[in-house]
Amino acid sequence: MRTKLIPMIALCCLSFSAFATPHIQHWQSASGAQVYFVEDHDLPMLDVAVSFPAGNAYDDANKIGVAGFTHSLLDSGVQGLSEDDIARKMADTGAQLGGSFDTDRASISLRTLSSAAERDAALDILARVLQQPLFPEAVLAREKTSMIAGLKEAETKPEYLSGKAFGKAVFGTHPYGWQEEVSDVEKIQRADLENFYRTHYSAKAAVVALMGDMTRQQAEAIAQQLTANLPQGGAAVLLPQVNRKISASEQRIAHPASQSHILIGAPGIARNDPDYFPLYVGNYILGGGGFVSRLMDEVREKRGMAYSVYSYFMPMQQPGAFQIGLQTKKEQADEALKLVREILATFVEKGVTEKELIAAKQNIIGGFPLRIDSNKKILDYLSVIGFYQLPLTYLDDFTAQVDKVTTKQIRDAFKRRIDPDAMATVIVGAPE
Amino acid sequence: MRFYSLLLCLLLASAAQAEVFEKTLSNGLKVIVKEDHRAPTVVQQIWYHAGSMDEKTGTTGVAHLLEHMMFKGTKSVPAGEFSRRIAAAGGRENAFTSYDYTAYFQQLHKSQLPLAMKLEADRMHNLDISQEEFGKEIKVVMEERRWRTDDDAHALMEERMMATAYQEHPYHNPVIGWMNDLEHMTAADARDWYKSWYEPDNATLVIAGDVDAKAVFALAQRYYGGIPAGKRLQRKPSGEQPQLGIKRITVKAPAELPYFIMAYQAPTLHDVEKDWKPYALSVLAGVLDGNESARLNKALVREQQIAISVGAGYDSTARGPSLFTLDGTPATGKTVAELEAAIRAQLQAVVRDGVSEEELKRVRAQVTAAEVYKLDSVFYQAMQIGQMESIGMSYRDIPVMLKKLQAVTAQQVQDVARDILQDDHLTVAVLDPQPLTDKNKQAKGGAAHAH
Repeated sequence: MRTKLIPMIALCCLSFSAFATPHIQHWQSASGAQVYFVEDHDLPMLDVAVSFPAGNAYDDANKIGVAGFTHSLLDSGVQGLSEDDIARKMADTGAQLGGSFDTDRASISLRTLSSAAERDAALDILARVLQQPLFPEAVLAREKTSMIAGLKEAETKPEYLSGKAFGKAVFGTHPYGWQEEVSDVEKIQRADLENFYRTHYSAKAAVVALMGDMTRQQAEAIAQQLTANLPQGGAAVLLPQVNRKISASEQRIAHPASQSHILIGAPGIARNDPDYFPLYVGNYILGGGGFVSRLMDEVREKRGMAYSVYSYFMPMQQPGAFQIGLQTKKEQADEALKLVREILATFVEKGVTEKELIAAKQNIIGGFPLRIDSNKKILDYLSVIGFYQLPLTYLDDFTAQVDKVTTKQIRDAFKRRIDPDAMATVIVGAPE
Repeated sequence: MRFYSLLLCLLLASAAQAEVFEKTLSNGLKVIVKEDHRAPTVVQQIWYHAGSMDEKTGTTGVAHLLEHMMFKGTKSVPAGEFSRRIAAAGGRENAFTSYDYTAYFQQLHKSQLPLAMKLEADRMHNLDISQEEFGKEIKVVMEERRWRTDDDAHALMEERMMATAYQEHPYHNPVIGWMNDLEHMTAADARDWYKSWYEPDNATLVIAGDVDAKAVFALAQRYYGGIPAGKRLQRKPSGEQPQLGIKRITVKAPAELPYFIMAYQAPTLHDVEKDWKPYALSVLAGVLDGNESARLNKALVREQQIAISVGAGYDSTARGPSLFTLDGTPATGKTVAELEAAIRAQLQAVVRDGVSEEELKRVRAQVTAAEVYKLDSVFYQAMQIGQMESIGMSYRDIPVMLKKLQAVTAQQVQDVARDILQDDHLTVAVLDPQPLTDKNKQAKGGAAHAH
């Protein structure tokens, strides 16, 4: 059975070497924004995403939560349009306004039909939302109340409690470990949002991703339309350094849930880390590879102790978390924790086998076409490439980078980066 | 669950199916191919027309358990090996179980379709349910239930709401099964289920992506054609008698905020040409909750600030009946009773005054656009076909449904609101939040996991 796998690799590598990656065009708009564009006329629609280094890590220490409100209130009113007008007009064109927000990045996205009337109407609203937000006092007051209620609700949920305690244990006082409290939200003022917007939503820091049914000329005009009137400002503010070395800790938090929620981890790697590929491929084997990882095999397949068990690196501007997570019934939480710690220690100590590495490469390289088989997926890559200033050839080089990884590199990288004796552990719903 | 977003049901109702090809093998397996050449990838989905609604008393959850067991080995492919081979082919895979059906899928480079078909065909006929693998997997499923339902206040409340709204129809039971039934499930129950339903003539195979339909039919014949036709159990029809008065339940669970659901008994589509109520109900859900400025959010969240969130949901397509639901969380300082009164006032406004042409036009614009956006996901297009076929309808109905949805009139929306939104057909469920400090033993699924 095993031997049959070998010719299959040869086959898939052959067929994928000819696979075309999208042609990415890149330029700087007159506004100063960086633009990444893939032209594709197969479907009569287009996607746009505009990203700023304005995630919650850019909050001031005494104004935590402002970044999030600034992002979520962008579409709550512009000159001449109320929040209802904005939502209604968008819906009238059939367009979908969206966004995403994490520690590093705040982005606004739009999916619209490419027919002129719908496209122009939707882009006009997006341009105004990005460049003329009013942050109305009444909407802010309402959203603060709603957020406070939401935070109180979240304080009853094991996922939230474990994530919050884990962030603090891993990142200490670094903004990556911040989580707004009710008292933070209460003191947020409209002026804070305006200031944050002026500082962090500048044209020079903006990354515009465009995908779909438009010509280069149209794409240039759209990028300019969306950024020409953004606040003027310098380049992005730098985030403070994450302290990579932490000492071992364990927090056990009581909760009436029937399961314990366990998180184990430490600071991991930044997006531009030279160990990125060895750690990425190694983590696939440890706990990233769906049903076939070591964690999944030992915890779920062999013992039936959890429905979900995983590990990941979250590569960010600064080193994001390396995290292992699982949920298991309270009575066996300590046994599961011990097992997971052993799996991690063995993995770091002994590394991976050649057989495991081959299987990992087969999946990651063989599955590469699935990463870019829709406009939405390509748009997301454009944003990431632009935001983290990855090479324009990132997608072209991806499979070769994975293919180059060796068992030795994985072992070396994990040994240098992950110390199983210096992990933060959080157990919410801990056994009593 | 039953709380599909409006978008999903609009999407489900909207498709042009120009490049779809269909063939039924001699063993009864229906094969449907959707060609889409935008990327060199393919998805295989096999849909078994058996879901939790086909289960019997005492073995709720067996459809979903069997879904898990399908990865646990056949006579020639040992446990875990299915996933390993798909992974080694660069594939992604998973499966899902609903009230109405159970489906399995793989997404791969198009060159790997034969491998996926070979493996999927093998487990259609040769599954080996060992006591050992069953013993481990039933524990995984119980952990899944704890995580999804027992420890999630909203999910727990929705489960109890369904069990209240449906007294006769098997939608009464949760897809994942009651904990007591999981605790007493046996490998023999799983084997019986497999033998009853996993037959080529009780399944639809959907292949979508960068393939040639003729070549796919030949592959299907090669891998699935040799499986003998089954002797399927006769299905007995399930129904739900008309409700005879309002039902109210309270669910106590650890939480900070209350939560509230109203669920009205509602019909599903049977005759896509003649039925009109399901289309009108879909549009009604769109008028109430189709975008941020739709009636419920605008009035209750933004203007009156009675709710933190509020929504409407309706699924027009299912094997069984449906519910038209409204749900929400009251704002700080507001009660569930105030929220209920405010939602009722919105419903009464539709019954009394109807809806505007402008609102209808907005819903239509969203349906039209969604029809285009859908084309960006081959997986979703295959899903749509598989769902329709699994509930006894046809992918050919999809464009008809789209046309009918676009033709709904304001009068029909008002008429259907008057007809369906009646107290005698209503179930109301309220989450009564409990502090974490108590042990909450009685609130966690009846202390069913003591074993």
